[in-house]
Amino acid sequence: MIEMAQYLIVVLVTIGIVMVTVLLHVAYLTYFERKILGWMQDRMGPMEVGYHGLLQPIADGLKLFFKEDIVPAQANKVIFTLAPILVLVPALIGFAVIPFGRDTIQIFGLTFRPYVTDINIGILYILAFASIGAYGVLLGGWASNNKYSLLGGLRSAAQVISYELSLGLSIVGVLLLAGSLSLVKITEAQGGGMFHWFIIPQFVAFVIYLISAIAETNRLPFDLPEAESELVAGFFTEYSGMRFAFFFLAEYANMILVSCIATILFLGGWHAPFEALSFIPPILWFVGKVYLFLFFYIWIRGTLPRLRYDQLMMFGWKVMIPLALANILVTSVVLYFVKG
Amino acid sequence: MTLILFSYFAAVIVATAIGVIASRKPVNSALALLVMFFHVAGLFVLLDAEFIAAVQIIVYAGAILVLYLFVVMLLNVRAEEGYHRQFVVGLVVGLAILIEAVLILSRSGFADRFPPTVSLAPSAAAIQGNTEAIGRALYTTYLFPFEVASLILLVAMIGAIILAKKGIFGKEERRK
Repeated sequence: MIEMAQYLIVVLVTIGIVMVTVLLHVAYLTYFERKILGWMQDRMGPMEVGYHGLLQPIADGLKLFFKEDIVPAQANKVIFTLAPILVLVPALIGFAVIPFGRDTIQIFGLTFRPYVTDINIGILYILAFASIGAYGVLLGGWASNNKYSLLGGLRSAAQVISYELSLGLSIVGVLLLAGSLSLVKITEAQGGGMFHWFIIPQFVAFVIYLISAIAETNRLPFDLPEAESELVAGFFTEYSGMRFAFFFLAEYANMILVSCIATILFLGGWHAPFEALSFIPPILWFVGKVYLFLFFYIWIRGTLPRLRYDQLMMFGWKVMIPLALANILVTSVVLYFVKG
Repeated sequence: MTLILFSYFAAVIVATAIGVIASRKPVNSALALLVMFFHVAGLFVLLDAEFIAAVQIIVYAGAILVLYLFVVMLLNVRAEEGYHRQFVVGLVVGLAILIEAVLILSRSGFADRFPPTVSLAPSAAAIQGNTEAIGRALYTTYLFPFEVASLILLVAMIGAIILAKKGIFGKEERRK
C-alpha cells in the first residue's frame, strides 16, 4: 500500500513539474518570438510591462482570461467548445515520454526520473497523438459556421495528413539506426560525443523532419490554415477569449514538442557534444538544443514568405515523400551490409 | 483491475458503435467513431500489444477518419440524405454477419487454433518488446500473407491513381 502511494506521489509530482515547466516555456516562447522578430525587423519588441517587457506573457494571459467568451449564433456549440480542447490536449500529452535529462533525483527517499514514463513505443505514441491534433483544427473550423474558418480547417487537415507521412518516414531511418522506438533508448544510442549523433548519418532525414515539422505545426512559411491575407484568421476566426488562447497555446506547445523530438532523434538528446563539456548538467544541454530549434523556427518565420497552397501540396507529395522513402532504402541497405 | 478496464472499454465501444449508425448528423457519427477507435486502442493496450494500439490510432483515427470528415464537410451532406435507403440490403448483410459471428463463437475451439509460437503472450512480448515480436512474426511465419496484402494494396493504389487521373491520361493520348 505504501509502495503504491509512493509510486503515485512520484508520478503525479513528475507530471505536475513537466506540465508547469512546459506551460511556462510556452508562455515565454511567445515573448521570445516577439523579441526576436522585433530585433530582426529593427524594432524593440514588447518593452512596457516589466523590465524589457518580461511580464508581457503574464499580462497577455490575464487579458485573454478575462475577455468575453463569444459563441457565434449559428455555431454547433458542443463541437465548438470541444475543438480547442482537442487541439491542446494532444499537444501537451506528448511530453509524457520526452526524456529531459539523464540523472534521477532522490528527495525524501523518493526517486524522481527526468521523464514521466518510458514506454517501448515512445515515438509512435507521440505521432499517434499528434495526428489527433488535426481534428481540433478541422472541427473548430467546421463548427464555427464561417466560410473562412471552414476553408482554414480543410486546408489544415489536408496539410497535416500530407506532411505527417514525410514526418513519419523521416523518423524511420533513425529507428533503424537505434533499433528501438523508446526515446530513452534512442538517446542512449547516441552517446559518446557529437560524432555519434544521428544528424550525421541521417542528414537528409533531419532536413525532411525539420521541414515537415514546420508544416505540422502550421507555422510560416506553411501557415496556410491561418493565412491572414486570404482567410482572415483561418480556423480560429470566430474564437475569442480563453478558447482562442487554447489554440495559441497548442501551437506553441507543438513547436516545443517537435523541437524536443528533433533534439532527441538527431542531436543526441541530453548528451554533451564533447566529453570535456560534460560537466554542464545534461538537462541544460537538452534545453539549449531545444531552444536552438525554436530560434530556427522563428528565424524562418522572419525570413521566408508564405507558399501558395498547390505548391505546398506538390512539394509535400512529389519532393518530401520520395526523398524520405529513398533515405529509408539507402539506410537499410547500408545497415544490412555494415551490421550483417 | 483488468476486468474493470475491459468492461469499460467494451461498454464504450458498443455504445459509440451504436452512436455511429444511429446518429443522423454525419459529423456526430464521425466523432463517435473517433471515440470508438480510441477505446479499441485501449483494448490492445490491455492485451500488451502497444504497437498495434499506436498503429490503430495513427492509421484509423489519424488518417482514415480525418479523410472521412474531410469528405463529409466538403460535400456538406444533409442529415436525411443518403441514409436509410439501403435498409433491405443492410438487413441482409447484417443478418449474414450476425450468423457468422454466432457460428464462430459457438465453436469454442477459437483460442487454441492459433499456434503458440506466434501468439503475443504477455511474457514473450514483454521480454523482446512487442514491436520486435510483430516484426518477426510478419517476416517469418506470415511472410506470404504479408506479401499478398501488400500486392493487393498496390493494385488498389494503381486503381485509385487511374480513376483520379482519367482526364489527364485522356489528354495525353489526344496530343499524340
